[in-house]
Amino acid sequence: MTSPLDQKKIKIAGPVVVTANRVGDGAVVYRSPDGGWTTELGGAAVVIDADSARALAEAATGDDLNAIGPYIAPVKVLPGGHVRPGNLRELIRRSGPTIDLPALPDM
Amino acid sequence: MYIYDAFDRQLLAERVTEFRDQVARRLSGELTEEEFKPLRLMNGVYLQLHAYMLRIAIPYGTLSTLQLRKLAEIARKYDRGYGHFTTRQNIQFHWIKLAELPDAMAELASVGMHGMQTSGNNVRNITTDQWAGVATDEIQDPRIWAELIRQHVTLHPEFSFMPRKFKIAVGASHRDRAALRIHDMALRLHRNAAGETGFEVMVGGGLGRTPYLAQTIKPFLPKRDVLSYVEAVLRTYNQFGRRDNIWKARIKILVHDLGAEAFAKEVETEWQSIKDGALVLEPAMVADIAGRFRYPNYQQLDDNPPELNVARRSGRSFDAWMNNCVTKHKAPGYAIVTLSLKPEGGTPGDCTAAQMEKLAELADRYSFGEVRVGHEQNLALPHVAQRDLPALWRELDAIGLARPNVSFISDIISCPGLDYCSLANARSIPIAQELTRRFRDLDHQRNLGRLHINISGCINACGHHHVGHIGILGVEKNGEEFYQITLGGKADENATLGTLIGPAVPYAQVADVVEDIAAAYIDLRQTADELFIDTVKRLGVEPFRERVYAAR
Repeated sequence: MTSPLDQKKIKIAGPVVVTANRVGDGAVVYRSPDGGWTTELGGAAVVIDADSARALAEAATGDDLNAIGPYIAPVKVLPGGHVRPGNLRELIRRSGPTIDLPALPDM
Repeated sequence: MYIYDAFDRQLLAERVTEFRDQVARRLSGELTEEEFKPLRLMNGVYLQLHAYMLRIAIPYGTLSTLQLRKLAEIARKYDRGYGHFTTRQNIQFHWIKLAELPDAMAELASVGMHGMQTSGNNVRNITTDQWAGVATDEIQDPRIWAELIRQHVTLHPEFSFMPRKFKIAVGASHRDRAALRIHDMALRLHRNAAGETGFEVMVGGGLGRTPYLAQTIKPFLPKRDVLSYVEAVLRTYNQFGRRDNIWKARIKILVHDLGAEAFAKEVETEWQSIKDGALVLEPAMVADIAGRFRYPNYQQLDDNPPELNVARRSGRSFDAWMNNCVTKHKAPGYAIVTLSLKPEGGTPGDCTAAQMEKLAELADRYSFGEVRVGHEQNLALPHVAQRDLPALWRELDAIGLARPNVSFISDIISCPGLDYCSLANARSIPIAQELTRRFRDLDHQRNLGRLHINISGCINACGHHHVGHIGILGVEKNGEEFYQITLGGKADENATLGTLIGPAVPYAQVADVVEDIAAAYIDLRQTADELFIDTVKRLGVEPFRERVYAAR
């Protein structure tokens, strides 16, 4: 994954969010407007220009205790404001594998 | 089985204690991710797209039922009820939580298992023939030599920070069932003209972005010199391998750039300075290790017992399984049974906790408590009495492990791809699943004969696509998944890299393309028993290329 520190030339072609993996379990998280993290893409801070994206990413990078490897990822904002992942990789990160997992254990 | 001693148990216990402390310090913020990452990787803990992944070594592919039950327990307790067997005799758990990892590792250590050196720039899990010790054509059990090397390189400080990872495979038969030539280093036990046994040493193999087959740099290495020669190769690589460019850091690049002859010369110089020193393998030392591999007390049995022949004549499905999954054993009256982990519509290499537990029960009852793991992502029961085969088949069939598709077109080797892996560019598993559906008809599969498909979701080639009879490589083009197709690769004793047939095809067309290739083979083969790989060798890829691209 590309660290935001490596994303020196940030070119923004549309709305983006900052995403990472949660330290405790590796779950996918998104930087939220309040400076925390959320597992819901709909709760992510969405920005549309390079300076805002860089600022969001830099703040996220400072939170090493909670999130690993934050980076800027494209999203699509649908009419009505619904946020969707911008590419297949991000779709899989948000929704999980595109295949059925083997049978879950008897719980 | 290999019997670990107090030293092994202490080493694992100390490692668990150390890792528990490291995890606690990471969770408290005392360690940053930058500091923690190399520590977790040393224990086989990766971070994938959705979660941490724990990779556990299964040295030389040998598992006891105690270990298999523990893996099932780990799957249920700490993961999502299944594990994934890889192409290097490892198992991976894809959903494990960081805080629970130390407990999982402690449980694994209780049965002699761990994730050490399943990541990092060190010597990785040493692999071998999954039929080691029971194959009719082997000169000696190759696991003895794999274990000697494993002990020497485990936590070896000189080889813990090499330019890149280093994969070693050991074989002991003319038939290569361990994909020797795609390894950084491979050792093949053979007999020379004088009747002595020693090793052919190959170096510089590897797939990935720049695929090469390993070249022989020492045709005959006396057994006493194995450790010193491995050490000399590792030292030469450690000294001259590139550290400035990750894509050029593997030994294959060094061997290619220097030339095998020049590389061999460097190794020879190093070796001469150490060969008669502390690393000489005295026969007593080898005998000690060999003595720790315990073999079953086989009964005196005859091959082809009458009840087996009766069962074969009376059941077509059983007979098909016998033909496909059962192999001759060293001991008369016994057989090796391969278990396909390639069900229709399933994920290659995945095995549920319930399957593992039932398999452990069957292995206790029918295979002296032992299970094997092969690089093709299938399992094996290595010591089954032939008279027990009908009963075993019925029980395997009930848990979905008796599918007679081994080495057929649906016995697909596949990496996890973009569904799990943070390195992948494209998905592998759904492609494999669709192919198993398209080729669900076992009669059709038998008609196509031996035909290996290998799928990788990125150029790192964990699915070994370069050596698939049909290789499929996922790439990304403008945000879309495309797949390059190669033909003619193979990973056996006549290893060959496949040839690209043309432009990549989109995700939705891959299964159609493979069907076209299979149909072309049926049309082009000279006789019904000319294998796909032999037809490709005879004609080249051109007729297949024409068939694939004329249609689209």
